[in-house]
Amino acid sequence: MKAIFKREYRSYYTGIIGYVFAAFVLLFAGIFSMIYNLNGNYANFEYVLPMMTFVFLVTIPILTMRVMAEERRQKTDQLLYSLPLGMGKIVMGKYLAMLAVIALPCVIMCIYPLIFMAFGNVYLPSAYSALFAFLMLGAALAAIGMFISTITENQAVAAGICFVVMLLLYFMGSLASFVPATAFSSLIALAVLILVVAVIVRLLTKSTFAALVVFVAGEVVLVLAYVLRPEWFEGLFLSFVQQLSPFVRFDTFIDGIFDINALVYFISIIVIFLFLSVQSMEKRRWS
Amino acid sequence: MIEISHLTKRYGNHTAVSDLNFTIESGKIYGFLGPNGAGKSTTMNIMTGCLSATEGQVTIDGYDIFADAEKAKKLIGYLPEQPPLYPDMTPREYLIFVAKAKGVAKPDIDKQLEYVTGVTGIEDVQNRLIKQLSKGYRQRVGLAQALLGEPQVIILDEPTVGLDPLQIIEIRDLITKLGKDHTVILSSHILSEVRAVCDAILIISHGKLVASDTPENLEKLFAGTATLQLTVKASLKEVEAALEKVDGITSLASVPAPDMPGAQQVTIESSGGDDLSEKVFFAFSDIRKPIVRMALSRASLEEIFLELTTKDTDDAPPDDTPVMAEVGGMVMADLSFGDETIEEVPHESDI
Repeated sequence: MKAIFKREYRSYYTGIIGYVFAAFVLLFAGIFSMIYNLNGNYANFEYVLPMMTFVFLVTIPILTMRVMAEERRQKTDQLLYSLPLGMGKIVMGKYLAMLAVIALPCVIMCIYPLIFMAFGNVYLPSAYSALFAFLMLGAALAAIGMFISTITENQAVAAGICFVVMLLLYFMGSLASFVPATAFSSLIALAVLILVVAVIVRLLTKSTFAALVVFVAGEVVLVLAYVLRPEWFEGLFLSFVQQLSPFVRFDTFIDGIFDINALVYFISIIVIFLFLSVQSMEKRRWS
Repeated sequence: MIEISHLTKRYGNHTAVSDLNFTIESGKIYGFLGPNGAGKSTTMNIMTGCLSATEGQVTIDGYDIFADAEKAKKLIGYLPEQPPLYPDMTPREYLIFVAKAKGVAKPDIDKQLEYVTGVTGIEDVQNRLIKQLSKGYRQRVGLAQALLGEPQVIILDEPTVGLDPLQIIEIRDLITKLGKDHTVILSSHILSEVRAVCDAILIISHGKLVASDTPENLEKLFAGTATLQLTVKASLKEVEAALEKVDGITSLASVPAPDMPGAQQVTIESSGGDDLSEKVFFAFSDIRKPIVRMALSRASLEEIFLELTTKDTDDAPPDDTPVMAEVGGMVMADLSFGDETIEEVPHESDI
């Protein structure tokens, strides 16, 4: 695992991707902290971070597109399969390397609050907890990107799909607020969401049966719940989507709250998508 | 060393390998021979754990390649058809990475690196980027990678494909050298190559094992008939009269020699592989007719190969076969330069 990690980590910096990522994040950190902290005379670095979460929209697809797709294109995946290492360790090594690349600009950003301390009152715990959440947000999104990279051989396709997914996650919270808060509209919106999930299941597993099971079971439970407890559905969709969006989850940290729930949520996303990546790599041996 | 039992691999409706059984003993060089698409790569990928089998089992020194994957994989070094190299690394960095990933202990890495770069002859290029190396050197780096971790078995999938004749000879010498300390399995569709380096041949066709023996035994087994070709300065009548006295001729064909007026080109087949050349010589010397050329040929590995691999293909055009055998024969005489030609041969019959 260490060997895989080292090779991966090095490959980010022998190419330009690692540098581009760090430069991109630091550029926007610089711009926003200049606007907000220096011109606006606020010493709270945590308010800078929510403005710049959009950098992940562009950088995560670029960072993750090649991680598995490139191995397949170069046929080096055959080496990985023939190594006396479990696929779990290989995926883990690659993921940790990606995490280290994401962490580098975050570590550099740790200096900013210290600089601001020289000019005003900075509450360090809230600044650093927000920075930590920023890293966790990146880590969760990277796990999703990694999974997308395992399902295709083409880097550009991986980047494209990943970008669309990032975009959806980013705007999910604000789009959901357009849905009226009435119970019935929540029901409709959730019903549509289940349909979308079923379609994704169909695309990934190529099993119409599995997709049908997901669809029918989901809709039945939904309708039953609606008939029995319609009051649950007041504003349900909005809060559901907001619970699901990593970007919305991140926002609570900015108010100085160290949200354990959100942390568990991020870790769950990471675990689920790493597991799916391993399964997707294993599955290729069987096809 | 390696046991393969009832191995089957299906891709949807297509069966790539069906019910394959064989055993690999340690210390020998095995040649895995078959036309393109016969299932050689598939079998090798399964043996190395890169692919799963639909049915059947592969055990390496008693370890199942799936159940005990890590232990089994430690015993194998694998060079796939395309060497799995990272173009942005130098061979040295790459080999250190592979050594670590294979779990070679730190103090041993330098020693092993020295050995594998030495034996594959890549010391001079080990600090250049892999993407700048020629195909031959890339192949060697791939081979060096397979040798790391001191595996007992080395599996090479078409190790000489795409190399120039000189490189082919070098890689073959290298394989022979490796065969002294390792069990080597190599796949190829080039007969001369397999014949030159292998102790045993496994011929595979349409996913089935059709023959398995030493090259010499295979040739002996099929050397039922011997063919004598000669050009004599005599008329057709004189030829027939002279050969009437020779025993053991099963078939005789004589046509006017195209390049020599007044001469006959004669093809004689004898049963039981008997060499009739002496008798034929004296038969013509008795009537004072000179033999200008004479050559004896027995069934070559090419013909055996073609017979075994085309036998069960009904859709192969029947009148193509003799032509292909001829092409094969020419290649045989011109070992390393004819690879491209013969590459076509099994391919045609396979479609």
